[in-house]
Amino acid sequence: MKRKAGKSEMPTISGSSAKPAKSAGRLDRNVQAKIGQQLRAVYEEVVKEGVPDRFAEFLRRLEKRDPEPEQ
Amino acid sequence: MNADQSVRAAMLQAVPSLRAFAISLSGNVDRADDLVQETLARALAHIDSFQPGTNMQAWLFTILRNLFRSEYRKRRREVEDVDGRFADGLQSQPDQHAKLEFADFRAALAQLPPDQREALILVGAAGFSYEEVAKICGCAIGTVKSRVNRARNRLAETLSYQPVEGGGTGSETEHDPNSRVRSTGSG
Repeated sequence: MKRKAGKSEMPTISGSSAKPAKSAGRLDRNVQAKIGQQLRAVYEEVVKEGVPDRFAEFLRRLEKRDPEPEQ
Repeated sequence: MNADQSVRAAMLQAVPSLRAFAISLSGNVDRADDLVQETLARALAHIDSFQPGTNMQAWLFTILRNLFRSEYRKRRREVEDVDGRFADGLQSQPDQHAKLEFADFRAALAQLPPDQREALILVGAAGFSYEEVAKICGCAIGTVKSRVNRARNRLAETLSYQPVEGGGTGSETEHDPNSRVRSTGSG
């Protein structure tokens, strides 16, 4: 009888009783890929816009604000 | 309080992703940009609580997410169907480069419960690990996984990519203390 050595036990996450994954919840690989692709496309569309000026300006403004101006 | 240059550089670098996340949460570009700006302001004000060497992006996402959550809860009390309004906002977004092919997908995404939507976006688009997302959302890793799964299933169902046997998305089986809004809270 062979035993797999070195297979450490997974720590269980508190609060979640070990339930088998519902087979009904398994998605086809292609479907998963399709969803993932669209998700990234929608997200990347915004990322590609880069940093709008208002944010660079905003940080610069905060930076220029003297911590303790002379009164 | 002056954050040093590298901190500000890291913040600026995170802005594009923060915006993408904020837009996916709020469904509205203007609101999203306000949310990002408020996030930066808060981050700078609390820069002392940032641990150097840890993931700045994850830290900023956490701040943004919490800001959105508190705002969302406020609005939810005011308006019953915040999700309906969310969907409207997304669809009427005057986004000239929103490709038509993604219109259905955006609409389906907008219909997801907020918990599931944010988990799916953080894992599937923003590229965080389950562990990081668990920290960002303040829940267990198992909860993140189950939210992502249910989000995918629901999208597949809404978009008719694949019939979901047994109506898998209908039942809420996870234990999630966070999804229960403390409605009795005073103030």
